[in-house]
Amino acid sequence: MSGKYFMVDTTKCTACRGCQVACKQWNKLPAEQTHNWGSFQNPKDLAFDTYRVVRFNEYPAEKNSVAWYFFTDACRHCVAPPCKDEGDQYVKDAIVVDKNGAVIYTEKTKEFGKKFEDVRKACPYDVPRMDEKTGLAAKCHMCYMRVNEGLLPACAKSCPTGALVFGDEAAMKKLANERLAEAKKKFGDKAQILDIDDVRVLYLVVDDKKKYSEYA
Amino acid sequence: MTNHWIDLRNSDCVLIMGSNAAENHPISFKWVTKAQEKGATLIHVDPRFTRTSSKADIYAPLRSGTDIAFLGGMINYIMERKRWFPEYVVNYTNAANILSDKFKFEDGLFSGYDAKKRSYDKATWVFEMDGAGLPKRDESLNDPRCVFQQLKKHYSRYTLDKVSAITGTPVNDLIKVYDAYTRTGQIDKSGTIMYAMGWTQHTVGVQNIRAMCIVQLLLGNMGMAGGGVNALRGESNVQGSTDAGLLFHILPGYLPTPPASVPNLAVYNEKFTPKTKDPQSANWWGNRPKYIVSLLKSFFGEAATKENDFGYGWLPKIDDGKAYTWLDIFDAMYDGKIKGFFSWGQNPACSGANSNKTRKALAKLDWLVNVNLFDNETGSFWKGPGMDPKKIKTEVFFLPCVASVEKEGSLSNSGRWMQWRYKAADGPGKCLPDGDIMVKLFEKIRALYEKDGGAFPEPIKNLRWDYVKGGHFDPHAVAKLINGYFERDVEIGGKQYKKGDPVPGFALLQADGSTSSGNWIYCQSYGAKNLSARRGKTDPTGMGLYPEWAWAWPVNRRIIYNRASVDIYGRPLAPNKNILEWKGGKWVGDVPDGPWPPMADKKNGKLPFIMRADGVGALFGPGLADGPFPEHYEPLECPVEKNLMSGQRMSPVAPVYKGDADVFASCDPRYPIVCTTYRVTEHWQTGVMTRWQPWLLEAQPQNFLEMSEELAKLKGIKNGEKVIVSSVRGQIECVAVVTKRFKPFTVQGQTVHEVGTTWHFGWVHPKDGGDSANLLTPSTGDPNTRIPESKAFMVNVVKKGGK
Repeated sequence: MSGKYFMVDTTKCTACRGCQVACKQWNKLPAEQTHNWGSFQNPKDLAFDTYRVVRFNEYPAEKNSVAWYFFTDACRHCVAPPCKDEGDQYVKDAIVVDKNGAVIYTEKTKEFGKKFEDVRKACPYDVPRMDEKTGLAAKCHMCYMRVNEGLLPACAKSCPTGALVFGDEAAMKKLANERLAEAKKKFGDKAQILDIDDVRVLYLVVDDKKKYSEYA
Repeated sequence: MTNHWIDLRNSDCVLIMGSNAAENHPISFKWVTKAQEKGATLIHVDPRFTRTSSKADIYAPLRSGTDIAFLGGMINYIMERKRWFPEYVVNYTNAANILSDKFKFEDGLFSGYDAKKRSYDKATWVFEMDGAGLPKRDESLNDPRCVFQQLKKHYSRYTLDKVSAITGTPVNDLIKVYDAYTRTGQIDKSGTIMYAMGWTQHTVGVQNIRAMCIVQLLLGNMGMAGGGVNALRGESNVQGSTDAGLLFHILPGYLPTPPASVPNLAVYNEKFTPKTKDPQSANWWGNRPKYIVSLLKSFFGEAATKENDFGYGWLPKIDDGKAYTWLDIFDAMYDGKIKGFFSWGQNPACSGANSNKTRKALAKLDWLVNVNLFDNETGSFWKGPGMDPKKIKTEVFFLPCVASVEKEGSLSNSGRWMQWRYKAADGPGKCLPDGDIMVKLFEKIRALYEKDGGAFPEPIKNLRWDYVKGGHFDPHAVAKLINGYFERDVEIGGKQYKKGDPVPGFALLQADGSTSSGNWIYCQSYGAKNLSARRGKTDPTGMGLYPEWAWAWPVNRRIIYNRASVDIYGRPLAPNKNILEWKGGKWVGDVPDGPWPPMADKKNGKLPFIMRADGVGALFGPGLADGPFPEHYEPLECPVEKNLMSGQRMSPVAPVYKGDADVFASCDPRYPIVCTTYRVTEHWQTGVMTRWQPWLLEAQPQNFLEMSEELAKLKGIKNGEKVIVSSVRGQIECVAVVTKRFKPFTVQGQTVHEVGTTWHFGWVHPKDGGDSANLLTPSTGDPNTRIPESKAFMVNVVKKGGK
């Protein structure tokens, strides 16, 4: 095991949404036509043109009376990606994994047709989306073209607080464990790293994971 | 900022109040997060739980407009719990000074109040003097007339219960905040304040900050790494534009604008140069004559001579006692007294308080020039809501200019760093840099004066104008003149300087016309080298001062008042935060506030607050229009009939405009809800630069009104529904964001609701985005600065289509 990992420390995220906008900018993704639906969260969900969205959820809390959780949601780049397993059954290598572990959707995803729904369902985090017009599927690709040139993914590059960091597996796992120890001291035993052995995006949360995202 | 952005990481307690730093200064949170990682406590005090509050260790709600009550309670807490730092308070503040027995404070009024003029005669706000002309002092701080005891008495009225009844902050939250913050009074601890427009945009704006200055002086936090009073500037170069004299009352370098009653330079210098008889006071403003003459030489060059008072007569003068602020300009425009207007890099139709008045005022103009990147509500006001283009005579010109990255120049950030920026790309089409537009404009105006004469041609004809290179504005030429030149060959201290040499630092500026400097505080920035273009990454102190990164005014000092970070012998008060130390007969670390030895040297040592004539921090601050101690007054529009602190409901000296557009509704059942205004991360100012940006608009597409679940229930409003928010001056449509993050306040035993909305939107674009919150805000403001009271006023909210 090796390759690249993200570490997302939700306790340090201010929801500035630099990551969300940087993703759109680097990938030249068009803006969606949105309206305010009574939340700061917009677009409302991931989409073919939205690889990354910051989710906002507020709850009553003992400390400071409210907790406002932010969750920068995108592909987890699973160590053994179920979407690829599923997809390979229909179109071999429409979904590929590069040397760093980036799970990349190719032009061939067009050929999934109606089977795309099964690919999407295979994702435990409900990430992949298909373009209704072209049939192409898309999601975060770990900015593999930047990473191959020794650059950070656009999202990690934009993060001001160190909430979203990117690096080699060992370094990110070490960081995740250090941050977890800190978070346990400050926020208590609910602090946890989500699915640490299964994914290349290590989320640190300090409350029930469903409070951050339905599919967290 | 007295300190700078990176220095936030050195703090033991970060108080964010009057600011939503995580949203509006997102990069600041890089350093706030680092401070938290090292164990610092983060406190956020705000009417609404925001993205900043979400990261806070302690969040405390307060009703908008009650910050002085909150901070007054903190001062009282410091006194009662003896949390103040005795050595610092005695040596470095005016705590020990004895006040004149004529100074009084009764029922919310200080001595000298003139109700008719709504102003104070400050003659009694003075110290008792001894035979040597120095303030009488009692360093035991026991004399009942000393500043310390008077301060204690003043704030003893701000009890926890009373503060809570005013602010709506629960007593337990007050205690939590007071306890955590005032622990920074310990010798090796420092606490910092990050504030922004949430403190300034009030009828008591300056006094909000004064109250915090008192807290910082009592706790010994001024001059310390991780301390200071830190104004987070809302634009990347607003610090620079203030330094450059953007405001009406100052010339570049914080020199007072001459009033009409000051006929010549001698009188100007006599009136505005502070004096001291204290041999331990550096009284740096004693150098004022050097700075004003050097400024005049930068304005008028060879034409400025000793014989003609260096062109002092050519400077514009202000009428004594008259204000020329934003509110006053638009008031005069509304009255038809202003005929032409350059709206340069701004959007007053959305950014100014009481924007309906502003928009109507624009219709009174003969001409309007809109210099901007995009069309905006100001340039297109004539076709805006409620306007009939056929009836508007104003001729509007739009001059498209390039963006900041499409031109070269410097900007000065909140931390006073002058940073040079290179041009990254050409601007589109025929857009010009602002400097080029000014060059064209000026050359045309000068040619007209030369051809036709005119009433007062000298200031134009004599203006030094060597900023043009190859037909274009040359930012280097301007930066060099801002630094200043020797204007003739001179010898100073045995050293020769040639005419045309840059002046190496402001200590060498002269009052005899031998030097020029366009802004004395920037002298040193651009000599043989442009120091603002430096990108050195060394950090000798390890405290994040980075002395070779860009250049900070003054003289590359990164933390001002840093001589207050050491004891009277020059030893760091906090050895773990050593930014300056007197070692082997010299200062090591940051550039000290002057070269003199520490204070214990009675012959040569100097007091640390060198910009004050008496050399010490002002717990008692007699310089302001509204009193030497901050006092709580309610906003002009407020939900309570009575101010619990005194019989003065609102500031007795706040300006009240009386035109037909200046209408107010306090304690009016039609407008029962407190409203405040703010910004979000995704948009900037009135949104002119962000509303056209699809990715940002996607993230925040429409103006919204945040309200509590309790208020929404009361009003029958559901999350995401359209609502109409109205004040007595105007109304806007918003999307309701019903949230747990706003909670009703209990104020004087009554439930008070508060709502908030942004001022980022305008009718030009996008079409369904909504309009500016400033259609609601009142045209009143702070008596010192006249910044409008946009953060606390009264509204009503109804569901769209409802009653």
